[in-house]
Amino acid sequence: MTARLRLWGGFAVAAVLLFVVAPGALSDFRLNLLAKFLCLAMVAVGIGLAWGRGGMLTLGQGVFFGLGGYLMAMHLKLADAGPGGVPDFMLLYGDGTVPGWWEPFRDPVVTVVAILVVPTGLAALLGLAVFKRRVRGAYFAILSQALAAAFAILLIGQQKVTGGTNGLNGFKSFFGFTLADPLNKRMLYFIAAGVLLAMVAATRLLMRSRYGELLVAVRDQENRVRFLGYDPAGVKVVAYATAACFAAIGGALFTPIVGIISPADVGVVASIAFLVGVAIGGRATLLGPVLGAVAVSWAETSLSEQFPSFWTYFQGALFIGVVAFLPNGLATLGQVWRRRRAGPGIREDESGQPDDGTPRSAPEASLPADAPADALPGRTA
Amino acid sequence: MDALVSQLFAGLSLGSVLLLAALGLALTFGQMGVINMAHGEFMMAGAYTAYVVQGIVADAGVSLLVSLVVGFLVGGLLGLLLEVTLISRMYRRPLDTLLVTFGVALVLQQAARDVFGAPNVDVRAPAWLSGAVQVLGVGVPKTRLFILALAAVCLAALALVLKLTPLGRRIRATVQNRDLAETSGISTRATDRLTFFVGSGVAGVAGVALTLLGSIGPTLGTNYIVDAFLVVVVGGIGQLKGAAIAALALGLLQASFEYSTTASIAKVLVFVVIVAFLQVRPQGLVSVRSRSLA
Amino acid sequence: MTDDVTTPASVLGEGSLDPQALETVIAAPPSRFRHDYLEVRDLRVVFDGFVAVDGVDLTVTQGDLRFLIGPNGAGKTTIVDAITGLAPATGSVRFGGVELVGRASHKVARAGVGRTFQTASVFDELSVLQNLDIAAGAGRGAWSLLRRRRTVPETVDAALETVGLTHLRDVPAGVLAHGQKQWLEIGMLLVQDARLLLLDEPVAGMSQAEREETGQLLQRIGEQRTVVVVEHDMEFLRSFASSVTVLHQGRVLSEGTVAQVQADPRVVEVYLGRSAGARGSAAGETGGE
Repeated sequence: MTARLRLWGGFAVAAVLLFVVAPGALSDFRLNLLAKFLCLAMVAVGIGLAWGRGGMLTLGQGVFFGLGGYLMAMHLKLADAGPGGVPDFMLLYGDGTVPGWWEPFRDPVVTVVAILVVPTGLAALLGLAVFKRRVRGAYFAILSQALAAAFAILLIGQQKVTGGTNGLNGFKSFFGFTLADPLNKRMLYFIAAGVLLAMVAATRLLMRSRYGELLVAVRDQENRVRFLGYDPAGVKVVAYATAACFAAIGGALFTPIVGIISPADVGVVASIAFLVGVAIGGRATLLGPVLGAVAVSWAETSLSEQFPSFWTYFQGALFIGVVAFLPNGLATLGQVWRRRRAGPGIREDESGQPDDGTPRSAPEASLPADAPADALPGRTA
Repeated sequence: MDALVSQLFAGLSLGSVLLLAALGLALTFGQMGVINMAHGEFMMAGAYTAYVVQGIVADAGVSLLVSLVVGFLVGGLLGLLLEVTLISRMYRRPLDTLLVTFGVALVLQQAARDVFGAPNVDVRAPAWLSGAVQVLGVGVPKTRLFILALAAVCLAALALVLKLTPLGRRIRATVQNRDLAETSGISTRATDRLTFFVGSGVAGVAGVALTLLGSIGPTLGTNYIVDAFLVVVVGGIGQLKGAAIAALALGLLQASFEYSTTASIAKVLVFVVIVAFLQVRPQGLVSVRSRSLA
Repeated sequence: MTDDVTTPASVLGEGSLDPQALETVIAAPPSRFRHDYLEVRDLRVVFDGFVAVDGVDLTVTQGDLRFLIGPNGAGKTTIVDAITGLAPATGSVRFGGVELVGRASHKVARAGVGRTFQTASVFDELSVLQNLDIAAGAGRGAWSLLRRRRTVPETVDAALETVGLTHLRDVPAGVLAHGQKQWLEIGMLLVQDARLLLLDEPVAGMSQAEREETGQLLQRIGEQRTVVVVEHDMEFLRSFASSVTVLHQGRVLSEGTVAQVQADPRVVEVYLGRSAGARGSAAGETGGE
């Protein structure tokens, strides 16, 4: 009961911070930056679920983020288009006609539905294809990364319909609201904050459900789950598709808030960069990914403005330091500290976490010893 | 006919570059299970080695040969350093190794940018590699043929090392059963380090070879790393043979898709083909079957 | 993994099995099991040219407590792997009239086959209760999966009693002692409602008293269900086996009651031929009586 109270208390505090304190204390410019960070945090919430809880290291979340962002951008460009109904960049790079598959996105409802359905569906399809064949671990990570690479290359190559390297930008309005108006920018911030809170709440429900327990079981002992009569592929697909859906929504809001979506936001490097915040905050925790993502994005913005070269070193050092030496993230620092102080007496506190820092998310760690190797391509140990 | 032959050569050429990039990975990822995202940056280091060596040795031909040796050492030493400082702590956490080495890759890229500058630099190719030779009625650049030959030599050398030398036997023993190898008196730590040295050294050689194809920059490695990993995944773990076949197959596939569509669509099609292929053979082209992977 | 030795006894307490509670878990009309028997015909498993199981025939009826024994590499675990879809096999395995060869592992499990592993594999980070709840839930629909567990299912409660872990139900399974993990696994098989139980070395690492309790529990389960045990411990086998199959180099060497098998000269020869090893000393007793 107290845990529950603490949870709702935490939500209340977060809501006050996001809806009252931040809009009151921050300038319009800073608030818009915070809105951007919240969009990135949405991706992080999904990664926390898929990677932290499900053990699926998704290096390609940029694809789903980008799909959401580009779908939204297509609608915004079409809505902004002048008398001919042709977006400006198509007049510039292309032959001045709108391709047929762009047309449906003139409709706002179609756009919103597509943002919710297309990336999620793609993730479900891809997930079914690879998880059914027991492709996992490093192999899944590499495939998801290759998907991000292919997606970015496709965007750059098809300049006439995607804007190429420049991406899509220069949006004037958002579903009829002028983006030049600071009030409308504030509205976008409130939308982002509300959506993020809803996502965290949904993730919390999912983690605490029987499904959430099953997901952890699949992460730690995929084969054992299989012999209890479950198909682990289905369990993993749900988490992967949910993460994709969150990333797509984040991307869709990112586009009007930042004013541009480009291949640089979705490629291999951007996709891995999503993971830094999650790793730092604590991959398997509920709020760790959110706080980590916001903190890292904030640090990036303030550091890279002044010392662009330093930021890259710092980002590299974060990856190395946190993942190698603090695999459960800063969120667990408190636990580590308590354990040190309390001595070896209280061991149930650590939930069976090994002392060598091995995180439980490595699904390879504990399989039955005599499974045939050829059936389990994900095992590389 | 001419179009077909030139397609074939384009594919083989791309395949040989992929093979060079993936050979080292076939050792470090395939044999040791370490996902080293900094492998691409070791290639980049090899490429810049060629650039530096050319500043010292004026003759382009001599400098290329010297660079191949020095590039191997530079790549190998970087790999050794990485293994000793970070990877050795993380053999039980392959997925985390990926993220840590990505951090290393970021640092190396930025270091290259700070030392050599962000703009690309050029390495002169020796005179005896300029121009083209006629093969089956098609002009093939000599540099491409050189890389094809270099890839073949590296493949053969690695295969021989694995098959014939004591190091090769130790590597294979360690891969197949680490505990047993340990109790049989093999120092698995020393074996790991040596394997990583050789694998990373090959990346350095690959980087030197890439200077023949165009100008080089700090992000040289990122352009190849994803494809190189795909080669190893498709090829199957633990076997150089699989990597070789996969590299050539992917090269040919990419070239032929490019011929009929565009480069960017070809990339997506290749990815779809790979996912479809893994439906049929999730374990890759060539796999070592054993009862236990302990 | 958490070290068993340092786990304080105050946390784990003394557990013991409660066979009385078993009746609640496995209560079912006997007619349900009437046609349950395991029928293995010409089972072959080949790994890259190495024949691990070479044409094994095996019939285990309901109410039998069958032990599979044999020297290392005899193919005991591989047979269990083949039945449960983990090792590629040819031939036929039928249970309750359903063909199992070629089925995916999770479908084999849904046909009523449960198994354990040599190394106790429970979900270390989840509590004992959560472990059992997952085992009980393969048939749950999406709606009940996406909600929290409000009440503990009755069978889970009874299974907790049966395997003596009620007082530890909210403890992470990872901190259990080795023997307790194995009991938890048996409990999971019970709530999973497996009608064929394949147990791979269920008493390895247990104390004498724990073995005794486990054996009696298995006997009671065996009265209703079909139970196959892979075991090296000869004393355990003599106390609890109702029948024994001896495997050697992937083939069935001998089959019958404990006494019949012990009297079989081929069994004596196979075991005495290896008597230098650690297994041999245990097996030597088999031949000795």
